[in-house]
Amino acid sequence: MAHSHSGAHALRTSMGLDSRKMAFWAFIGSECLLFGSLISTYLVYKGRSLVGPYPHEILNIPFTSFSTFDLLMSSLAMVLALAAVQRGDMKQGKLWLLVTALLGLVFLGGQFWEFSHFVREGLGLTTNLFGSTFYVLTGTHGAHVTVGVIWLLTLWVQALRGKLGPGQAITVEITGLYWHFVDVVWIVIFTVVYLIQ
Amino acid sequence: MSGQAHATTGTYLRVAAILVMVTLIEVGVFYVPAFHTVLVPVLLVLSAFKFTLVVMFYMHLKFDSRFFALLFGGPLLLALAVMVSLLFIFYGALRLRTGV
Repeated sequence: MAHSHSGAHALRTSMGLDSRKMAFWAFIGSECLLFGSLISTYLVYKGRSLVGPYPHEILNIPFTSFSTFDLLMSSLAMVLALAAVQRGDMKQGKLWLLVTALLGLVFLGGQFWEFSHFVREGLGLTTNLFGSTFYVLTGTHGAHVTVGVIWLLTLWVQALRGKLGPGQAITVEITGLYWHFVDVVWIVIFTVVYLIQ
Repeated sequence: MSGQAHATTGTYLRVAAILVMVTLIEVGVFYVPAFHTVLVPVLLVLSAFKFTLVVMFYMHLKFDSRFFALLFGGPLLLALAVMVSLLFIFYGALRLRTGV
């Protein structure tokens, strides 16, 4: 396997594929099972709460639609960041990495506001089955977004210090895979939890 | 570098526009009473379409090795199978218990 400190030469498997990317796809596969189990739990207990608040009383569709739009735009910013880094345009690369992280922060701010509002309305983690499954599912997703934002900001700081260039594009690509996965999980959550009540 | 050709910036922007439009349609379908009888299948199809667009174009599975698609698609299908099985088991057990 070829290996250089700068990462300019990818680590190749016997299949000719980048081993880091392969490992990351396997990780994303395992994440599918994690979120699959959480979504299953939500669906199995759907409509089984004995006391309120119930989903139709508390979920705010216009607000969550904005959060969905925000996350979709962050995915666009992420691919634009990767494209810029791959062509060596680090000025654009830094800008889009920062935009992606900021859009992630906006999403997290929205989730914090939503959770606070729900708690004020009387929906806690142990209030009913809806509260338990809702907070665990969306909270796990929020934790993933938080990790993604920290990862993106770390890359942005590396780029500011001149330590990120076209030779490290694979690092940005793997960050992007994680970020887009977080986005597709939200696409499913938005439909299953918010729109199908 | 991945060594694989990716989509162009124009493609990324078109995909983003489609994703936003489909999201607007989803929200529209949710609010229109005429769609309520077919709400669940319509929303699931639209959601699957958005999911596929992001995975194929933004995660580059359309352009990357099929092995990556296998690494992702295998567990995804397993997760879907677990989800469907659990729903059948749970609601089957519930139906037996309640006799409905």
